[in-house]
Amino acid sequence: MPDTVNTIGILGAGKVGTVLARLAIAAGYRVLIAGSGDPQRIALTAEVLAPGSIAVTGVEAAAKSDVMILALPLGKYRTLPVEALRGKLVLDATNYWWEIDGIRADLTDLRTSTSELVQEFLPGSRVVKAFNHMGYHDLDEGGRPTGDPDRKAIAIVGNDAGDLRIAAAIVDSLGFDAVIGGPLGDGIRLEPGSELFGANLPAAQVRDLFDRFPDSPRGRDVARARAADVPA
Amino acid sequence: MTSGTFELGLNSFGDVPTQSGQLLSDAETLRLLVDEARLAESVGLDVFSVGEHYREGFVDSATPVLLAAIATATERIKLGTSVTVLSTNDPVRVYNEFSTVDAVSNGRAQLVLGRASATESFPLFGYDLADYEELFEEKLELFMRLQREESVTWSGTVRAPLVNETLHPRMQAGGIPTWIGVGGSPNSVIRAARYGLPLMLAIIGGQPERFAGHVDLYFRALEQFGQPVQPVGQHSLGLIAKTDEEAADTWWKCWMPVVERLGRERGFYAPTRQRYDAELATGALFVGSPETVAQKIAGVARALHLSRFDLKYDINELPVESRRQTIELLGNEVRPRVLELLEREPVDA
Repeated sequence: MPDTVNTIGILGAGKVGTVLARLAIAAGYRVLIAGSGDPQRIALTAEVLAPGSIAVTGVEAAAKSDVMILALPLGKYRTLPVEALRGKLVLDATNYWWEIDGIRADLTDLRTSTSELVQEFLPGSRVVKAFNHMGYHDLDEGGRPTGDPDRKAIAIVGNDAGDLRIAAAIVDSLGFDAVIGGPLGDGIRLEPGSELFGANLPAAQVRDLFDRFPDSPRGRDVARARAADVPA
Repeated sequence: MTSGTFELGLNSFGDVPTQSGQLLSDAETLRLLVDEARLAESVGLDVFSVGEHYREGFVDSATPVLLAAIATATERIKLGTSVTVLSTNDPVRVYNEFSTVDAVSNGRAQLVLGRASATESFPLFGYDLADYEELFEEKLELFMRLQREESVTWSGTVRAPLVNETLHPRMQAGGIPTWIGVGGSPNSVIRAARYGLPLMLAIIGGQPERFAGHVDLYFRALEQFGQPVQPVGQHSLGLIAKTDEEAADTWWKCWMPVVERLGRERGFYAPTRQRYDAELATGALFVGSPETVAQKIAGVARALHLSRFDLKYDINELPVESRRQTIELLGNEVRPRVLELLEREPVDA
């Protein structure tokens, strides 16, 4: 299954998008990268910061890629090309970051993970949350070959075991161990506010932080909000 | 760029320090900043820059007023900002304030425009953070026209229109040195190049060498826009003490609570001491003895084609003695050593 992924499309040519593009090219994928408008605006960025990547429109990236990565500000998820992404596996690397997105009550409701909102907006796509919890400099500096003792891990969550296997293979080829978590609702365990958010740790510790989330203060807030079915 | 043109500056966010274990008052902190700028000049530093923040523990909210006070207490040192949050300021007001600072300082005023890592000015002045890009883009366009044109006719969405407006006091023709501060967004790098403005890289975490691609992007973009080559600078945090150990321990005591607080606000966990030590060794904290910090500055200067390095030397609750020592050592020991190192192995042009 993973070996059928030849082309990765990245929506977002900012800090995270260009780092992931570089890692994906180093791993041997063909990479299509898109900003918010005319590809010409990001052509030089793609050429210099992710040599080998091809700047295209978002729609073209979606149409021509086997797997898509979302690396745009989460606050803009409603601008995603819903039709073009139909049928695609979509790796969601976005986070709610109020400094960029503004203050948004819809993105801080503890009852839903932000990746569930993205999935709801992309009903024809299969969303897996990946590459969101590690800072972009750590992503940039931290890729290591399989088996390297210094290798760090990235937690991923999604609703389908097959999709998680493909996502895990991509995480592995980009230089990180994948720690496979539960369904997309557990994406909240990787979001800002969780102990895993910002983590740049080996697989055993990432697994541990993921598993003990329900016992963390944030985990208890989430459980309370979900039980009472109120936002926070 | 040769070592002869390498500039070393200090950046302050107006952080309130301690003296004998007690916090200074806001007013005492402001008077201290004037004294520290005078000290920076006396030890041969090139630039003293002040930020713009609106929160407890920081007294730099009225940046140009403070710079004007420093102007009258100094003679040679350049007076800058680190940074001016243009998105939530009126470009006309910024022009008037900085043309005034430039006049009273006899041509020593300069600016770094950006967003800073703090965001309090957005709600305080009634702006939406989500509009950051549009605000910055439109205000930068107007501000550069005000600096570069004698009389400006302009209309847009961010302020009242201008009709044949000539502002006073006039800046010298072309305006004052205006840098663009960037935190890593490729789009911001390209914008600086499009306007032909010098680039100030704010590097506060991770390996500074990571930004080599951004510098390459900047030079390539300048070329593409037909703009002449412009200088690149770096802003980072740090402290200098007699030994590496003293510096590391002093900085950790103040830096850790600040990062912890930021983490609470933004949803990440504070780093461990182990991670901090790694950050000192290869990351973006310039904390150590004069020799350690000089080697590190010369190293990033070569890696990133820098002609300027600014050290943010203050942090909440740092003792005034540590601040004074940092300024003295930066001017008296680090500066000559960096120039010597760059003389021996220069920054590639």
